[in-house]
Amino acid sequence: MAIVYEKSRGLTDEELHYCPGCHHGIIHKLVAESLVELGLLDDAIGVCPVGCSVFAYKYFNCDMQEAAHGRAPAVATGIKRTHPHQAVFTYQGDGDLASIGAAEIVHAAMRGEKFTTIFVNNAIYGMTGGQMAPTTLIGQKATTCQTGRTKEQAGMPIRMAELLSTLEGCVYAERVCVTDIANINKAKKAIKKAFQKQMNGEGFTFIEVLSTCPTNWGMTPLKAVEWLKDNMVPYYPLGVIKETAPETAEVK
Amino acid sequence: MEKELWKGNEAIAEAAIRAGCDCFFGYPITPQSEVPEYMSAHLPKAGGVFLQSESEVAAINMVYGAAGAGMRAMTSSSSPGISLKQEGITYIAGAELPCVIVNCMRGGPGLGTIQPGQGDYYQATRGGGNGDYRTLVLSPSNVQEAVDFVQEAFDIADQYRNPVMVVMDGLIGQMMEPIEWHPVPKRDLPPKDWATTGRKDRDHNNIINSLYMDPNECDRHNEHLAEKYALMEKNEVRWEEKECEDAEVIITAYGTPARIALTALETLRAEGLKVGLFRPITLWPFPEAALRKLSKADHVKAFVDVEMSSTGQMIDDVRLSVEGRKPIRYLGHAGGVMPTVEEMVDAVKAALKEGK
Amino acid sequence: MKKEIIISGFGGQGGLAIGKNLAEAGMAEGLNVTWAPSYGPEMRGGTANCSVVLSDKPVGSPVFAHPTELIALNEPSLAKFEAGVVPGGMVFVNSDVVTDKVSRDDLTAYYIPCSKIADEVGNPKVSNMVMLGAYVAGTKILKPETIEEMIQEMFTGAKAKFVPLNIEAFRRGMACVQ
Repeated sequence: MAIVYEKSRGLTDEELHYCPGCHHGIIHKLVAESLVELGLLDDAIGVCPVGCSVFAYKYFNCDMQEAAHGRAPAVATGIKRTHPHQAVFTYQGDGDLASIGAAEIVHAAMRGEKFTTIFVNNAIYGMTGGQMAPTTLIGQKATTCQTGRTKEQAGMPIRMAELLSTLEGCVYAERVCVTDIANINKAKKAIKKAFQKQMNGEGFTFIEVLSTCPTNWGMTPLKAVEWLKDNMVPYYPLGVIKETAPETAEVK
Repeated sequence: MEKELWKGNEAIAEAAIRAGCDCFFGYPITPQSEVPEYMSAHLPKAGGVFLQSESEVAAINMVYGAAGAGMRAMTSSSSPGISLKQEGITYIAGAELPCVIVNCMRGGPGLGTIQPGQGDYYQATRGGGNGDYRTLVLSPSNVQEAVDFVQEAFDIADQYRNPVMVVMDGLIGQMMEPIEWHPVPKRDLPPKDWATTGRKDRDHNNIINSLYMDPNECDRHNEHLAEKYALMEKNEVRWEEKECEDAEVIITAYGTPARIALTALETLRAEGLKVGLFRPITLWPFPEAALRKLSKADHVKAFVDVEMSSTGQMIDDVRLSVEGRKPIRYLGHAGGVMPTVEEMVDAVKAALKEGK
Repeated sequence: MKKEIIISGFGGQGGLAIGKNLAEAGMAEGLNVTWAPSYGPEMRGGTANCSVVLSDKPVGSPVFAHPTELIALNEPSLAKFEAGVVPGGMVFVNSDVVTDKVSRDDLTAYYIPCSKIADEVGNPKVSNMVMLGAYVAGTKILKPETIEEMIQEMFTGAKAKFVPLNIEAFRRGMACVQ
């Protein structure tokens, strides 16, 4: 019988620990498939964060480093600068990247570090139990803003893809989501393009993936998908935020 | 061999390059900035990577990444910057990565002063970051030793897969002294088959990690680390004794105060007083057994511990070694004020009176 | 034999370089040497001093309160360090900058018009060499040939033209003391 679908070789056989309805599994698959399809997997070095995807080193079928909270871009810098011809990526959540690791991601982008960052934004701290993230929306409830985030108390949510796009070193930033087949396909295309641009030596590449957290949002997985579309997408617009043409991005 | 006049900080940077340092990540801070400055000019020419990071936190994590990927990695800083690196150092120790960290110490706490200090002894020898871990700490008291220790530090780090710190007060970083580029002992080193260099033909993924969710597994990991530290305590302890054979009073000091003590020794011996110097070279592992042996000698009546610290920090290890057998006096200043020869002479005479 | 020298002046005046020259010359003659700077946040204009030890035995403390010689390039330096000089010690004063005199009578004082001589030689930058000459002649601790060889090694290639100028400044400095 012909095989029409199989699990990517880019993932190990380890059972994922993610909650039902969480999008991490889909995003893992897309990264893994992209590495395999581009022929980068066997040479790739990934860096995982502290947060829900802390165990990603068990799932990606390549060499991996587990970084301290927020420091994945610095760790990846150390790897990529000494291994310039290998694919290097960080996989980070919103607390890790946009809060405690804000300085590391901004400066990696400023320097135009030639690695790819997969930023999973689900607008909440998952692993520690649903606390407010820098990307939590106004009015959204979290365990550290129980009546909903207010602008007065916590400021407005941060748009990382747009912020990093202001930096010359960031050559490609796209925001995607994985709520349906069409968006999953777009996300895959974006991730592959980011890795291609990395391997072309163009500069820093950044894919922000909007994701659900049914557990901490207190919703069913389907309801969470609807909530993402209705609430997150209007504030965090999908699409290419920045793409520098390769020729002008060539920095020697 | 021809002697060359080198400034401490520049000499340790050159020493690291000669030891095969692949990459250096650092951030400017007085009084160690000559290290990154020298590295920026010379390491790339030697085929290595230099990067000025956005912070000390980032620098130590770049070291983590590069060391995890099999490189000889180094960073340097001075006290407040080393405080910022503590997070990275505990992860590096937990993940068992080799690297070299230089602390060109200044006075604290907080911003303190940019003048030389020794207030980071606890931080260096007791961990400084969270958890049960140790860094091997080498403490030079002249530029030649700084050069030799930095070169050896890379081998020691690789042998044990553990961070090695070279801790010196700012004066040793700032001063110039003649040195020789003589060969330092080389060690037989295990291959870095654990490094994340890309899986290629390997049948498994290499993973650099300090996380163990299963308590029993984490306990076993800690036991393994403890065994490694015990091995370092067995094999790596270094110290120097000067004129301790008949000494009635022994000065304990490291770094610059140990040099000042040599001048005090000369003065006191000229007056016919029997004084010696005990200088720990590895601050961790501390030369406890050697000091304990001296404390048991009948001719030893008292100890004088001298540090560039207001309260004394190494004195705790001196006390643990002497175990109350003999009185221990303390002489120290912080904030860049150095203990003087005259003060040491007075302290020794007072100790002699007390010990009799 | 042990010389403990403090060289002090404004930052940028060249005191640290005089100290470095002394240390290098001492090393060339097989002595044990150390050079230790005071360092501060100000890059220019603040007080900068360094401590140099030249000794036939290994150097203990690289810093000291009682120098055997003081080289004072400005007035605050003389005011600050004169009291600490060992009895019978020497003080070398740049008399073009410092108008005060050494007040202690148990010290030998030399007043060297470094800037004036440097101008006469033809380059204000060589005033440090004048002071170095005075020190070498005053203490007789180092051979003049060692310094002159060092000057030749310092200026090579396109800079070789500065050698005669520096040697002349050095000799003029020596002459101030002899």
